[in-house]
Amino acid sequence: MTELPLIGEAVAVAANPRLAGAKIGVVTFPGTLDDRDAARAVRLAGGTAVELWHGDTEIGDVDAVVIPGGFSYGDYLRAGAIARFAPLMSKIIDAANSDAKLPVLGICNGFQILTESHLLPGSMIKNDHLKFLCRDQILRVENSNTAWTLDYEAGQEITIPLKNQDGQYIADDKTLDALEAEGRVVFRYVGFNPNGSRRDIAGISNAAGNVVGLMPHPEHAVEQGFGPETVLSGSAGVGGTDTDGLGFFTSVLTTIVGGDK
Amino acid sequence: MTTETTKKFNIDTVENAGKTPKTDLPWAELGLKRNEFDEIVKVLGRRPTGAELAMYSVMWSEHCSYKSSKNHLRQFGEKVTEEMKKDMLVGIGENAGVTNLGDGWAVTFKIESHNSPSFVEPYQGAATGIGGIVRDIISMGARPVAVMDPLRFGAIDHPDTARVMHGAVAGIGGYGNSLGLPNIGGEMVFDSVYQGNPLVNALAVGVMRHEDIRLANASGKGNKVVLFGARTGGDGIGGASVLASESFDDTKPSKRPAVQVGDPFAEKVLIECCLELFKGSLVEGIQDLGAAGISCATSELASNGDGGMQVELTSVLLRDPTLTPGEILMSESQERMMAVVTPENVEAFEAVMDKWAVEYSWLGEVTDTGRLIITWEGDVIVDVDPRTVAHDGPVYDRPFARPEWQDSVQADTFTGSVQDAGRPAGPAELAKAVTELVASPNMCSKSWITNQYDRYVGGNTSMAFPDDAGVVRVDEETGLGVALATDANGRYTYLDPYHGAQLALAEAYRNVATAGAIPMAVSDCLNFGSPEDPDVMWQLAEAIRGLSDACQVLGIPVTGGNVSLYNQTGTTPIHPSPVVAVLGKLDDVARRTPSGWREDGQAIYLLGTTAAELDGSEWANMRGHLGGQPPKVDLETERALGEILINASRDGMIDAAHDLSEGGLAAVLVESSLRYGVGARIALQDVMDRDGVDLFTALFSESQGRAVVGVPRSEEVRFTDMCTARGFAHTRIGVVDAASGALEINGVESLSLDALREAHEGTLPKYFG
Repeated sequence: MTELPLIGEAVAVAANPRLAGAKIGVVTFPGTLDDRDAARAVRLAGGTAVELWHGDTEIGDVDAVVIPGGFSYGDYLRAGAIARFAPLMSKIIDAANSDAKLPVLGICNGFQILTESHLLPGSMIKNDHLKFLCRDQILRVENSNTAWTLDYEAGQEITIPLKNQDGQYIADDKTLDALEAEGRVVFRYVGFNPNGSRRDIAGISNAAGNVVGLMPHPEHAVEQGFGPETVLSGSAGVGGTDTDGLGFFTSVLTTIVGGDK
Repeated sequence: MTTETTKKFNIDTVENAGKTPKTDLPWAELGLKRNEFDEIVKVLGRRPTGAELAMYSVMWSEHCSYKSSKNHLRQFGEKVTEEMKKDMLVGIGENAGVTNLGDGWAVTFKIESHNSPSFVEPYQGAATGIGGIVRDIISMGARPVAVMDPLRFGAIDHPDTARVMHGAVAGIGGYGNSLGLPNIGGEMVFDSVYQGNPLVNALAVGVMRHEDIRLANASGKGNKVVLFGARTGGDGIGGASVLASESFDDTKPSKRPAVQVGDPFAEKVLIECCLELFKGSLVEGIQDLGAAGISCATSELASNGDGGMQVELTSVLLRDPTLTPGEILMSESQERMMAVVTPENVEAFEAVMDKWAVEYSWLGEVTDTGRLIITWEGDVIVDVDPRTVAHDGPVYDRPFARPEWQDSVQADTFTGSVQDAGRPAGPAELAKAVTELVASPNMCSKSWITNQYDRYVGGNTSMAFPDDAGVVRVDEETGLGVALATDANGRYTYLDPYHGAQLALAEAYRNVATAGAIPMAVSDCLNFGSPEDPDVMWQLAEAIRGLSDACQVLGIPVTGGNVSLYNQTGTTPIHPSPVVAVLGKLDDVARRTPSGWREDGQAIYLLGTTAAELDGSEWANMRGHLGGQPPKVDLETERALGEILINASRDGMIDAAHDLSEGGLAAVLVESSLRYGVGARIALQDVMDRDGVDLFTALFSESQGRAVVGVPRSEEVRFTDMCTARGFAHTRIGVVDAASGALEINGVESLSLDALREAHEGTLPKYFG
């Protein structure tokens, strides 16, 4: 287990003791960047964040796992290609595929790691414009039945930040057709495809819906005053609120502790 | 140079140097002057060894020793009052200054140049600029929390500008984005004076608890000296001394190999690893390796501590086994740190290194001999008093004099000049002028650049580009945070270096106050031409004098920075460009003030008065004119304006604020409208009547001490009462109009926001794709 972050750690506020009992692991690889942000999002949603280290050989008693964004091992070979072989990843892969269906969310580099791990199909290549791009992105929630999207409505549009260099989702047509047919396209870019992804796909799930990966960063839209509405990526009038991403984390808590939906 | 033979090299030992006093040494090739070499011989009482010569040459270079500017820089210390020192925890001289934020928090920030490498190899030059400044912040014991980049490139349409622009922006993004540090602002200026000398400055800010502050010193006899991080390679050898202290000259061979190559992943791991060391109190002293590499780290650590250190140089882990001792001492390989560790902590230190898979090697230990001894397989190759290397380098009183051309430049005012012919008048021409202004290279939207930087990572960014200052939260419980802005105006400083430098400070101060933060500290990056040119030296002396005087009036100390000289092509220097960064404090970042208005019907006020000040302005620049006097500086007015903006923010009296600077009121009205895509109706008759200016001047003058604010109707009386009580000029110039989708200014044709946005945001993509 890694140490708690040294500076800027949020105080865990257990508004709802039932939710606070839910433990969500946040994985840190060397080069992971958004781990503290993902942990903050879990806490703001009411859950308890547990820090997981890439070298750990057990995932412990966590109820779900977030693989956050960053550049694991520098991503010098291919994004996510080395992280996939970390000791912890084999445990996460087993747990995700087990009958217990551990909910796993891969954000950005985490999404890339999930495709490299074959938990999700397809792959990510460099953005079609070849530049790193940071912008506030509108997404449409296409499937609100996954472990991570229960608290959204199907068809709902949300605005969350996108920031990456290798965000172009690709797969062969057969795979894409199957994803569409099975309702596994969970998020689509709306208004502007920021990286050339096939069929405007921003995020997908596995067949069981417990594993979800997406390129944009919901953990950066969870707190008033620090999200797209306030910070703006330079394009005015995108809309949305500062907290459109919080639903990911409340959804998984609902999945874990059970809810109305 | 020696007859002695060892396994790998002919090693020039101290013993050998004593025996062979007549040996020719390549001091000139290493950038030393004859008198400097003679001084080294005098200090040592013998000729230096090859390794010693390497150390002295890099440490006595302009870049490391500040030999031309030191006599002037003293003013930053001398003019600091006790009152200004009250929040200063660490002052100039350490890796970066540290300021008290209260509640046990401290903040450290610093701005540095990476100009020359960024011209030679823009990507790596800019990337390693970020890497270097971030390591300065780490070595103070802080967690870095944000970066900023003021950039100055050549003419926007010059073919080489695209090369530098693409490389530098991609380098800053590629490195900074991989570190997990939000990029919260900066500047972008195009001017042909920077064609052969682009300015790539980098700022980093970090925060820590008071008890975590670390200093660069090696104390405690018997403590171990360790080098950790990346291996030492052949990159950047002679970088600091050769590149940064010399003008570019086509007749010399390519200096490409002298530029360092960065590995942001190694740096990110190094950050986390260092923070874990600090948390466990595992290091006594720490120093990053930047310019002059191991030469700098060993001599500075030793001379700041008990004065002695013994190091075995063959223990250094190498990327390239053919490196000579001198090259190892000079190498500027990135992502390396040196630390001093007590024997009891060695095991715990190694455990942290192993956890993060960081390579390290124990080089030697602290001694009480007052000597820095470096051996090579046991043979002594360096035996020096470390102070003579690190601190007692040469100091020059360079001659300086007011240039002969200064008077004629100052007499050449814009109004009535050839370039002023056909000054816009009437609604159609003025509308066209406003659109032309906001689409011009220096006033256009910088989002093409900033969209390549991660502004969100960390989750504490409260404000970033395009607002006046970047704002980052420090304490998640209380909302305590910091605001930062950097500013410089090379044209103003060219016209009048003393006041030009003050104007840079005034603008950065105003930007921070506009965001609602209380200005606390200053860091400066002084980019100038050759100090051997008396004209340039005068510009430098005047700028430092102006800046230090202004800091005293505003009551904020300079806590660190850097000087970059020899920024010239042939005999043509850049405009003197003192880039000034101001750091401010917000008790709660939720109170920060953005630069745009949103609420329909809110009142818009102009604070301050407008004079006919077009000399050095963006408008004059667009017309190809540079002459006259820059806008008048009135620091007391700046202070009064700052207090109004800070109080209004704290008490919730304003919802928007934007400072007036380059581009004047015209630029601000457009930017504040485009910020949230909400228009306004503006009438400037009262301003014109009161200040005796015409509409063009009201829109394009760059008079200082001004800001535009958006005031909720319910707060209008309270706000105007406060301005009146403080005797500060304020005029209601209009209202926010959410329905119009346009900026309507009386006497100017209606400007649709869509058209303005297209003009404002289209310029950089047009040139750079």
